[in-house]
Amino acid sequence: MFGLDKKDTSLLMIVAVLTLFAPFILNPFPTGSGLAQFNAGYPDLMQRFVIFGIFAIGFNILFGLTGYLSFGHAAFLGVGSYSAVWMFKLLSMNVLPAILLSVIISGLFALVIGFISLRRSGIYFSILTLAFAQMSFSLAYSVLTPITNGETGLQLTLDDPRVLGVTATADGSIPVTNLFGLEMRGTYEMAVGPWAFQFNIGYYLCALVLIAAFYLAIRIFRSPFGMMLRAVKSNQQRMNYTGLNSKPYTLAAFVISGMYAGLAGGLMASMDPLAGAERMQWTASGEVVLMTILGGAGTLIGPVLGAGFIKYFENIFSKINDNVLHGWFSFMPDGLEDFVVFIVHPFIGKGWHLTLGILFMLVVIYLPGGLVEGGQRIAGWIKGNKQSDAQQSETKPAE
Amino acid sequence: MGILEVKNVGKRFGGLQALSDVNLSVRENSVHAIIGPNGAGKSTLLNCLVGKLIPDSGSVMFDGQSVLGRAPYEINQMGISRVFQTPEIFGDLSVLENMMIPCLAKRDGSFELNAIANVMGQRDIIEKAERMLEEMNMADKRHMNAASLSRGDKRRLEIGMCLSQEPRLLLLDEPTAGMARADTNNTIDLLKQISDQRSITIAIIEHDMHVVFSLANRITVLAQGTPLVEDDPENIRGNPKVREAYLGESA
Ligand SMILES: Nc1ncnc2c1ncn2[C@@H]1O[C@H](COP(=O)(O)OP(=O)(O)OP(=O)(O)O)[C@@H](O)[C@H]1O
Ligand SMILES: [Mg+2]
Repeated sequence: MFGLDKKDTSLLMIVAVLTLFAPFILNPFPTGSGLAQFNAGYPDLMQRFVIFGIFAIGFNILFGLTGYLSFGHAAFLGVGSYSAVWMFKLLSMNVLPAILLSVIISGLFALVIGFISLRRSGIYFSILTLAFAQMSFSLAYSVLTPITNGETGLQLTLDDPRVLGVTATADGSIPVTNLFGLEMRGTYEMAVGPWAFQFNIGYYLCALVLIAAFYLAIRIFRSPFGMMLRAVKSNQQRMNYTGLNSKPYTLAAFVISGMYAGLAGGLMASMDPLAGAERMQWTASGEVVLMTILGGAGTLIGPVLGAGFIKYFENIFSKINDNVLHGWFSFMPDGLEDFVVFIVHPFIGKGWHLTLGILFMLVVIYLPGGLVEGGQRIAGWIKGNKQSDAQQSETKPAE
Repeated sequence: MGILEVKNVGKRFGGLQALSDVNLSVRENSVHAIIGPNGAGKSTLLNCLVGKLIPDSGSVMFDGQSVLGRAPYEINQMGISRVFQTPEIFGDLSVLENMMIPCLAKRDGSFELNAIANVMGQRDIIEKAERMLEEMNMADKRHMNAASLSRGDKRRLEIGMCLSQEPRLLLLDEPTAGMARADTNNTIDLLKQISDQRSITIAIIEHDMHVVFSLANRITVLAQGTPLVEDDPENIRGNPKVREAYLGESA
């Protein structure tokens, strides 16, 4: 279907189902139950899952296929956000032109940075991209204050010109982002027994964009261009002596992944119309690297899984505090309870980075192919068990 | 006029004159061997032909056009393919994909942003790649990872990849170095078959005299960066200068 083979179609379907039914899937626990704090089906959190999924899918086109490890991709995300907010300020509150501009501007930005950084490979390339991103961060933070509003971050105000729209609504507030009138913040709540599911328009826009972005990534992976990118990773010397110029191939991959990052940044600003320099900081660039590696670099679905995993940890694990722990372990005798809470304490709340770091190390050491490899191993293990079951049942009649 | 004309080429590495005043003419459709003791400058000369090194002086003309100052991929697109001393293939890709890449390079040129079409839908490319694998006796290995091939098979694959580009000149740098006798003989047969059946000119650097005399119909002897003689094989065998160059090395 859609020009994909069977395996890729089912992968696309899995992603489509996961994203479209996320409000259910991420809210498995009834509201008010003790486990409700593990629910993640809230609009702003789901939006973040999907937006970072798009960011990681794009990053994987560069890193997963060509092996060039960029440490500065957050710069493109930031540029995308700023572009979108400016579009809201100057043109209209419709998210479509804002997102389009984000993609175009971050693409141009990636063209310049990529052109220079790709003069080197390996660690030098990574350092160059890191340097560029830190430069962008510093510029956004201080030098370019008229454009970025410095430390405060770029926000909508009550006197933005907004050519195709109103400066302020009738009741004197800032208008909200919308898609041809459909407000991004619009949420429909559905109560089923003790459960409450939230369907947010902004989330569904992000989800549809993610499905489209994922589909495009599959097409790129399976195209002659995608094969050339894998050739870049495998053996550039052979490539150059086979009449292929590896430079424009790598640059194209860099620009495409920069545009994905810009798309993510534009969506982020469309959900919440503000942009700050911290979005460009090196920690943000590092995060997308972690997502891609954790999920499985070079695999199609890995980056999406990695993004979801890390964002879930960041938002859910970080909320568990000592009180919650005491609640869980209250069945224990007092001294033991305190001791267990004391042991677990460093790994939760603000310590979630520690847990994530340990998980990341375990994955890199034992599952170099990331979560996807883990999934494949489990699938292989189940299949193996089934086969041996089948063999047993086959051999039985012979006995 | 040969298809490849090297005139007065010199190349210096710091204090070492690796090549000086090299003249070489490779006739179309011949198998031209370049021999000489270790350090004679054979690989350096070859690197000057494919754009890896730029000579300090002299000219290199391929089919009437200068190759100097061009990037390796441009020289390859002019019709010169190169086989490396240790096989250079795409280890992470399947054997079939390895063969498809040069076919794509031949069809689409040095860069083509073909990011939406399905690569497995490129009938012409796949057919051509499979035919070449067939010819290399590797069709049964088409789904194997190229890195897992035996050394001899890697060499075959690399030669096949070069041939699928339909080059006019095929350059080989010690293609049988480190190979077992059986693999060496296989490679000789393959190269013989190539030069008989296709209108391809072959220039080969080789230490193994058995290989040289089974294949070459023209030989250049290089010693200390300069050609000693260029002649037919039968005249090379008995040439005292050549003996001296090689004996000088072993002494
Ligand atoms: N990149 C380089 N920098 C410095 N010196 C070099 C370089 N490449 C080759 N040389 C030197 O130039 C001389 C010629 O080397 P070359 O590799 O061309 O010899 P060769 O005839 O191919 O030898 P062999 O039969 O051992 O492969 C040698 O002395 C070598 O050390
Ligand atoms: Mg050599």
